[in-house]
Amino acid sequence: MPVNPDLVGRTYPPAETYSVGREAIRDFARAVQAAHPAHHDVEAARALGHADLVAPPTFAIIVAQRADAALVADPEAGIDFSRVVHVDQRFTHHRPVVAGDELVAELHVDQVRAVGTGAMVTSRAEISTVAGEQVATTVSSLLVRGEDQ
Amino acid sequence: MTAAIVFEELEKGQRIGERRIELSRADLVRYAGASGDLNPIHWNQEFARSVDLPDVIAHGMLTMGAAVQLVVDWVGDPGAVVDYQTRFTKPVVVPNRFGTEVEPSTALTVTGSIGAVDADARTVRVDLAVTAPDLSAPGADPATAAQLKVLVKAQAVVRIA
Repeated sequence: MPVNPDLVGRTYPPAETYSVGREAIRDFARAVQAAHPAHHDVEAARALGHADLVAPPTFAIIVAQRADAALVADPEAGIDFSRVVHVDQRFTHHRPVVAGDELVAELHVDQVRAVGTGAMVTSRAEISTVAGEQVATTVSSLLVRGEDQ
Repeated sequence: MTAAIVFEELEKGQRIGERRIELSRADLVRYAGASGDLNPIHWNQEFARSVDLPDVIAHGMLTMGAAVQLVVDWVGDPGAVVDYQTRFTKPVVVPNRFGTEVEPSTALTVTGSIGAVDADARTVRVDLAVTAPDLSAPGADPATAAQLKVLVKAQAVVRIA
């Protein structure tokens, strides 16, 4: 199996803080063709009761994939990134991500299982503010292809 | 944009709409920059073929992120999406196409319907069906190519005010 099974249960602590900026929200919204005014216009976001621009529902992937990088870069994990395929993804929002948030992510390795000659790695990022407020939980499964896959 | 949705009138099986989302190579570069996912399989044809892909493919997260906009615009508030998940089943091939500028070379078709209603939580689950033409063969015509399901179990749970 191309991934170390002893990774299960391992936790990678938050690295750098991610500061959610208005222009990052607008750029991400344009990239996913999200035209809703609450992503672009502060007054429209506030009219819906949000403190500032609201991020699209999948924006937290930026923070989650930065946390995943710690796992992929861990020499003990043994993951060859060029052989990784994204299999599934889930976002659970405890509250919406808004501009001005200062976010950190703690990564948990929940499962590693053999799939043929490859391995499926399921990881979970617990995303919170630097003050400790829970914001989002993301879960992703990555398939690391084996030699003949 | 919608008029106010009345929770009590929502029921399983109702359709919330359909949307066509065109994609070009430029859209993939834009998503790579906005997301920080610079994997060259999403913008470099030679690299994609070197790892046994038919051509450049869209980021799964671009497809997932674009598909949910149908739900956001229906419910009227991006903050109402409390849970969203999918499996990625087939790659969305995005061939090179340009005239005087880069042009869309494929399109996602997204349809949504209500899969479940939770009266206690005042949430509904919207199930999305997302397809794209099979452009894995060189020169395939998006107008006649078979439509592939590119996302499976794409489900968004939204809270209704």
